[in-house]
Amino acid sequence: MSNRLAVEIAGLHLSNPTMLAAGILGLSGSSLREAVKNGAGAVVTKSIGLKPRVGYANPAVVQVNCGLLNALGLPNPGAKDFAEEIKELKKDGLSVPIIASVFGFSSEEFAKAASILARAGADAVELNVSCPHVKKTGSEIGQSPTLVAEVVERVKSAVDKPVIVKLTPNVADIVEVAKAGVKAGADAVAAINTVRAMAIDIETAQPILANNIGGLSGSAMKPIAVRCVYEIYDSVDVPIIGCGGVTDWQDAVEFMLGGASAVQIGTAIASEGLGVFKSITRGIDSYIRKKGFRSVKDIVGLSHRR
Amino acid sequence: MKITSIQDETPTIKTFTFHDKLSANAKLGQFVMIWIPGVDEVPMSLSALNPDENQAAITSERVGEATKALHEMQVEDTIGVRGPFGNGYKISKARNVMIVGGGTGLASLAPLADWLARDKARITFLLGGLTHNRLLFLDRVNLLLSMFNGRVTATTEDGSYGLKGLVTEPAETMLNKGEKFDMIYTCGPEQMIYKMFLLAEKFHTPFQASLERFMRCAIGLCGTCVIGKYRVCRDGPVFSGRQLREVKDEFGHFRRGFDGRKTML
Repeated sequence: MSNRLAVEIAGLHLSNPTMLAAGILGLSGSSLREAVKNGAGAVVTKSIGLKPRVGYANPAVVQVNCGLLNALGLPNPGAKDFAEEIKELKKDGLSVPIIASVFGFSSEEFAKAASILARAGADAVELNVSCPHVKKTGSEIGQSPTLVAEVVERVKSAVDKPVIVKLTPNVADIVEVAKAGVKAGADAVAAINTVRAMAIDIETAQPILANNIGGLSGSAMKPIAVRCVYEIYDSVDVPIIGCGGVTDWQDAVEFMLGGASAVQIGTAIASEGLGVFKSITRGIDSYIRKKGFRSVKDIVGLSHRR
Repeated sequence: MKITSIQDETPTIKTFTFHDKLSANAKLGQFVMIWIPGVDEVPMSLSALNPDENQAAITSERVGEATKALHEMQVEDTIGVRGPFGNGYKISKARNVMIVGGGTGLASLAPLADWLARDKARITFLLGGLTHNRLLFLDRVNLLLSMFNGRVTATTEDGSYGLKGLVTEPAETMLNKGEKFDMIYTCGPEQMIYKMFLLAEKFHTPFQASLERFMRCAIGLCGTCVIGKYRVCRDGPVFSGRQLREVKDEFGHFRRGFDGRKTML
């Protein structure tokens, strides 16, 4: 496989368009390195805030027929501790970009955490304005174009690395939020975070997640996520990273035809293992060769052609 | 799943048997996530497997909020069971094995011994506990190895039963005397496992240990249980001596909390 698989996103060079999604592994430097070794074109860390958080009690994950529910509650060691993991990871050299996912309870917290992690060596930051199960952050910000713009602006002025804004599908019009983020200076858009969801145990008549409500990921998400990417593609002029239910190379190609320059992979690691990055990359490669394209970039947004 | 029977093992340890086909057919050394409705969900080793009756069991010591709630449950009460998960013990052609267990670590080792004994392996079983009262599965292991080929040595830290001291001490004595084993299996407190790892390295003996970490998803996604490059829920919980050598900066030294921060062991 050659550089026909390489993509550029907001100045980041990816040797292939598969990325480790935020929230998956990514709580330690060594587990991020393992995703890199297994062929991820870039890795996104667990969402990191200013202070340590243990997250919610268990059950924090429920396996459902069509995917996975989680309400982990943004567990993380805090930006200062996590900066050490990034430094450790970068110390021996890392062949792919590492993107720090960041959350905060105010735009100032976002900016502070982003700046600590960027200084530690993160190549970009991804703003989690879309976690569906923690109050006063995440999708409570991401549902308001004004608040999203405020966070993006604040982070842009605090770091000199590319800023990606990760959007929530739990809105009436995702395009409006994407536009607000890009207008405020976001260098790329990631779509989408999980959909608010829950599961109730019929034996005990109790919600299963300790937090009752969590976010749905996995295959059930894919048609929703593809639609979001497709809609956003027509209205912004920055790269889009597709995320939501990517399980095989056909899913990845579908996202790219819809307008994604790269895809993030998470839940599929449970069923496919870490080998999923390589198998998807190989599948995309044979698809573009079979279809006669010179580069994977040539298929981005192709479904918009009339 | 409904609890079908409850057995008192020690004043603080109980075994809960439940009906679940998947768990009953688990591999030796796999674990399940037990949901105590409204309280918590915790990883537990399967301590008995009965595929003929589709029953399996967990054995739990009352230590925190979750296990306290579990210990208050009655037969016919409902627990949630996810799994089984993880790799389990590798059953090699080992004919002469040492099994070393401490505390509730014995939960995963007892079914392993059941299987190995019936497979005609010679078993040297070392069990350790704080006190006689907290020595798990002493009768079960004694009974098993009275019927099959093996011997049992028990230790307690207070000397109330068996040898006084740590379970690793008689293990070290046997190895020092030149006894050879095809495999050492171990599970229990990490300091105990670490000591056994060092002994296995010193005496060039194949080694498998089942590790414990905080867990959440149990399917290799959330990253809570990582040790170095490995996920204990998915790549483990059983690791070979070679794998543990690869994570020796972390194994026996620290574990990560739910927030990912390190706690020294």
